[in-house]
Amino acid sequence: MSNEILSALKKDYIHNLIVEGKRADGRDFKEMRGISVKTNVIDKAEGSAYVKYGDTKILVGIKLQKGTPFPDAPNSGIIMTGMELNPLASPDFEAGPPREDSIEMSRIVDRGIRESKCIDLEKMCIREGELVWMIFVDISVINDAGNIVDASCLASIAALMTTVVPADEANGFKSIPLPIRNTPVGVTVVSIDNTLILDPTLDEEIVCDTKLTVITEKDGALSGMQKSGAEPLLPERVIEMVNLAREKGAEIRERYLSHLSIRG
Amino acid sequence: MSSNQTDTVFFDENGLRTDQRKHDEIRPMKIKIGVLSRANGSCYLEWGANKILAAVYGPREAHPRRMQMAGKAVIRYRYNMQSFSVEDRARPGPSRRSSEISKVSREAFEPVLFAEDYPKAAIDIFVEVLQADAGTRTAAINAASLALVDAGIPMRGLVSSCAAGKVGGKIVLDLNKPEDNYGEADLPIAMTEDGRITLIQMDGHLTPSEFEEAMALVQNGCRQVLAIQKAALLEKFASVMDDEEETDDVTQATVPAPIYDDFDVDESDEEIDEDDIDAFVAEVSERLAKGVSAVIRGFEESAATCFDDDDLDIVVIEEDEMDADDLKEIASFVSDFEDEADEETDIFVIEADDLEEDSDFDEEGDEEDEDEFEYDDEDEGEED
Repeated sequence: MSNEILSALKKDYIHNLIVEGKRADGRDFKEMRGISVKTNVIDKAEGSAYVKYGDTKILVGIKLQKGTPFPDAPNSGIIMTGMELNPLASPDFEAGPPREDSIEMSRIVDRGIRESKCIDLEKMCIREGELVWMIFVDISVINDAGNIVDASCLASIAALMTTVVPADEANGFKSIPLPIRNTPVGVTVVSIDNTLILDPTLDEEIVCDTKLTVITEKDGALSGMQKSGAEPLLPERVIEMVNLAREKGAEIRERYLSHLSIRG
Repeated sequence: MSSNQTDTVFFDENGLRTDQRKHDEIRPMKIKIGVLSRANGSCYLEWGANKILAAVYGPREAHPRRMQMAGKAVIRYRYNMQSFSVEDRARPGPSRRSSEISKVSREAFEPVLFAEDYPKAAIDIFVEVLQADAGTRTAAINAASLALVDAGIPMRGLVSSCAAGKVGGKIVLDLNKPEDNYGEADLPIAMTEDGRITLIQMDGHLTPSEFEEAMALVQNGCRQVLAIQKAALLEKFASVMDDEEETDDVTQATVPAPIYDDFDVDESDEEIDEDDIDAFVAEVSERLAKGVSAVIRGFEESAATCFDDDDLDIVVIEEDEMDADDLKEIASFVSDFEDEADEETDIFVIEADDLEEDSDFDEEGDEEDEDEFEYDDEDEGEED
């Protein structure tokens, strides 16, 4: 994913540590870095969240705009998710149109939001067939220290949960909190030397053979999954990874999302 | 400055502005330096409701390569607004407005950076507007200036930026959002520490006398900003100093007492006040400079007495410090040159004793001595 060059020495170091059962920052294999979630950080946005996974920093802003619905879903709102790998976040990111890695990651986040049906899109209809709310989820990577996908998933759902839909009085639409029914949480499991670890740092991400991001819903069901990386996985390995992600996802949901609500 | 006629009230009965500021007051500014772990330097700045994040990378290899300049670094400045930073969502990516701002902001920094020191390199300044509330370009420049300092990039001084404008017929400093939207003129400038203007733009309507008033006011605003920037830097880097050593220890360490035994060291236990330290440092550096130039002069003089050729590289070799192999290498090196009969190179072999009496020269010579041996070895190696 990243074109950062890691010295052979450092690669060896990470591999050797994993074999010894350790990680460079002293965490357990299944331990996350310190997570913090702060919502309503941007007043101009209808919803926003600033999430930190260790040194990784993600800012998500939700903007709402009125637009015409798609002909095949005339009474349903529209979700659009975009991710910007901001050049200030890493020496590897360059300005310009989104490249394949940022498109892949934003689509993973989008899939979680869309497939879990976490937003009741029918309530986002202003006039059937003519006017609906378009929900723009804009993810801005502020500092890339590894595992942007998980942090983006958490920031997106946290921002959505605190979003207020403005009133449109001309069309008789009253202001409501964004109707949220589900809370998808993404957890990425990486495999290094046949060891599964969670919340990889940037170095671990570069060293790892393959990554699997699993998005789980409130009831533990899956709503999205993506394998990233060239190394193949055995079926039993995949099941192990999914279970691990589900467990950790439930923990994160309970700890960081259960108390979130609309301001005021 | 879309409309000149408006019903908006800009001043209350006390002459204060909508946000309770006086006409020559800037909005409150909050600064945090060094907020991003990946960037070489970074700064987060809030000015009123503006939220700005600036990061600096470099000097690093300019990429793509066609952007490299042989004689100096390319300076790149990217001003970008987050799509959610404004009331109506902005389309992500560069716009005509952001491209223009990026260009003039880059030019605001070019005079203070030593680009010529980094050929083929790039200094990248990235500024993100996380929340916009009038005056983002000036806030961005202020943040970028501090991020450059945090990145440790040498600068001739800080760049500070502020805007003045005309609202309700009156010249005011640092426009807020309603003033920016419904005011009659906007004049953003950026200024170096020594008062040179590196960015100036204007739009709207100002009479010549109003312009002069605005210029005076906006320079005052830049000085206010500069004071805040300096305070932020002091807060950030003074704490770094505390972590390492007590200030007193540092001053002692920089002055090796035996060399300057004629210097009046203040032995009293009284607390040293900052002005004293400055004066002390100034005097020491002056003495150091004098000492160094004396050494150089001594070296030049002794060299001049030996030869008339100014461009000569002088190498002093102590024979008793060499072993037989070294001597052989030198001999072959010298004979190689003689064989080639290179007209531009003359080799003189001088006995070190000839120069013994001048100790300064000798010391210098010893250092060169080692360099010469390294060079010698390489030279031999290539021939093998």
